[in-house]
Amino acid sequence: MGAYILRRILFMIPSLIIISMISFMIIQLPPGDYLTSQIAKLASSGESIDSAQVAALRSRYGLDEPMIVQYWKWISNIVFAGDFGLSFEWNRPVSTMIWERMGLTFAVSFITLLFVWAVSLPIGIYSAVRQYSMGDYLFTFIGFIGLAVPNFLLALVLMYFSFAFLGQSVGGLFSPEYIEAPWSWAKVHDFIGHLWIPVIVIGTSSMAALIRVMRANLLDELNKPYVVTARAKGLPEWQLLLGYPVRVALNPFVSTVGWILPSLVSGAVIVSVVLSLPTTGPMLLQSLLSQDMYLAGSIILLLSVLTVVGTLISDILLAWLDPRVRYQ
Amino acid sequence: MSETPLIELEGLRTHFFTDEGVVKALDGVTFSVPRGRTLCVVGESGCGKSVTGRSILQIVDRPGRIVEGRILYHPTPHETIDITALRPMSRQMRTIRGGEIGMIFQEPMTSLGPIQTIGKQISETIRIHKGVSKAEARNQTIEWLARVGIPRPETRLGAYPFELSGGMRQRVMIALGLCCRPKLLIADEPTTALDVTTQAVILDLIRELQEEMDMAVMFITHDLGVVAQIADDVVVMYLGRVAERAGVETIFDAPRHPYTRALMRSIPRLGGSREPLEAIRGMVPHPFRRPSGCSFHPRCPEVIAGRCESLDPDLREFGDGSQVRCLLYGSQTEAQQ
Ligand SMILES: Nc1ncnc2c1ncn2[C@@H]1O[C@H](COP(=O)(O)OP(=O)(O)O)[C@@H](O)[C@H]1O
Ligand SMILES: [Mg+2]
Repeated sequence: MGAYILRRILFMIPSLIIISMISFMIIQLPPGDYLTSQIAKLASSGESIDSAQVAALRSRYGLDEPMIVQYWKWISNIVFAGDFGLSFEWNRPVSTMIWERMGLTFAVSFITLLFVWAVSLPIGIYSAVRQYSMGDYLFTFIGFIGLAVPNFLLALVLMYFSFAFLGQSVGGLFSPEYIEAPWSWAKVHDFIGHLWIPVIVIGTSSMAALIRVMRANLLDELNKPYVVTARAKGLPEWQLLLGYPVRVALNPFVSTVGWILPSLVSGAVIVSVVLSLPTTGPMLLQSLLSQDMYLAGSIILLLSVLTVVGTLISDILLAWLDPRVRYQ
Repeated sequence: MSETPLIELEGLRTHFFTDEGVVKALDGVTFSVPRGRTLCVVGESGCGKSVTGRSILQIVDRPGRIVEGRILYHPTPHETIDITALRPMSRQMRTIRGGEIGMIFQEPMTSLGPIQTIGKQISETIRIHKGVSKAEARNQTIEWLARVGIPRPETRLGAYPFELSGGMRQRVMIALGLCCRPKLLIADEPTTALDVTTQAVILDLIRELQEEMDMAVMFITHDLGVVAQIADDVVVMYLGRVAERAGVETIFDAPRHPYTRALMRSIPRLGGSREPLEAIRGMVPHPFRRPSGCSFHPRCPEVIAGRCESLDPDLREFGDGSQVRCLLYGSQTEAQQ
């Protein structure tokens, strides 16, 4: 198991390198850079520019040098000094701006993932074991609605509901009085109170998909001969279900983390804008619009790393669940 | 038969209610399993052997259901449990499954849980039925693995089925079926998927354990060579019914039912005449198109024209305890249609 994990981590390194290159290329794609467009803007409004400061910035980030040199300066600063560069638009180091938002993005995505699993696993099991029952049809129906309703609509409906019936402040992850407040138990409590809307909105369509996955997997497994063997041993039905077919059906379920995590994170971008969540989504959008390249690049890079790490975790979970994976 | 048998099946009907129609997998099966002996159930593929075994444990797959008949289990000669009266999921039924009646299956590759250690699969069974501690269950598991001939059993507890050969897996299956010292072992073609050498070893093992534990074995097979090796009594099934039941010598030396005779002629004999193998004429009919009268009549070489198509023979008992369902031997009832 240890050797397996080590091997997976080693395999991660080349994909991380490629991801960092692609992130860098993406932020270089639009013509020009932030400094030239900013200088042009200032010049056209007749303001003077401190040419020494501009030159210092240009050389710090190697803006006049070949792309590969720029990339190296950028990535080596991140890896060796934790310096993600400067947000030109905000004139602040990127690292001071993104951690709280990254943290909140991660918290929202992770809690959504747990919520999605916690709900879809039992429903998937139920729908398979009671195939074609009333409950199975009901969950299938609800699932299709969950897939069909657009996220923003669901977000608006839930926001109206929470405002009209629960008297909560609309949108965001915190009540106004906690936004700038330091972390405290009261703030955590407030956070949790606000969390359910984004979690439901972001998670619903993944949940519907996962219920289908679990149901189909388990239906396959329930017909396998080892289930009959386990029944013939005299195992109680629930112990049999959880101990044998569900264990096997969990594999494809767990490996869905690989695609669920990125879809949660990217799905969260739009939802975050609608719900005005203080996560990375709205910030990424804004930074892309204004060509704030180091800010945008850092966010893309970190979200991609998050996805790769998610895949690693799902691989490790898989290996832990299924000995056949470990021995390959 | 003076002694109370271990199991009696009386007019057992197990039907599958499929979308296409009702498959009458068992259509009135009556026979008994004597104590401490080996009963072989033979017949062509699809005649209901496996469904019979599963009905006894009430583990018939959906959409199958026992619709009629009784399964009487006599743990001691003076006790009777009507298995068909128990709910399939009830505690008492579960105590019988694996505890009083063990079962081993044909496919050693797919019949063991793929991602559970063999140690867990066996010790779990012991714990359910014996209520012993984890450590004690572990010890008994090691003993059983040793007993079925698995080398260095204590190192094998943590092994997964995919790490074992087919023969080793079938030994694990046998350990699983026997670990609670059942009174009856139902073995559903346990050697069919194995090569001939391994098959012989496994048969010897089952016979040896049977003698040692004084256990009854209901051995399901379509291989008459296997029957000759291990059977005391034989039940021949055709299309969900018993065609003939007799001692093994009678079955081989003086079979009464034309179907049994045809089966006998279809086995190759060492040193016998070099006549071509005689296969049974025609195919097993589709379960939806059960022939009228005696269901074997379209394929029967000894068919009595004008009678077998319309008359459904009863199971008739002979002086030596054998039973035959055939119009050649008299007794019959008029068919319904
Ligand atoms: N799950 C099922 N659904 C429908 N029909 C079944 C099912 N299982 C068995 N049968 C039918 O029951 C009959 C007897 O099957 P089986 O007992 O498995 O035969 P065998 O003697 O080869 O073991 C067959 O006609 C088969 O088609
Ligand atoms: Mg069979």
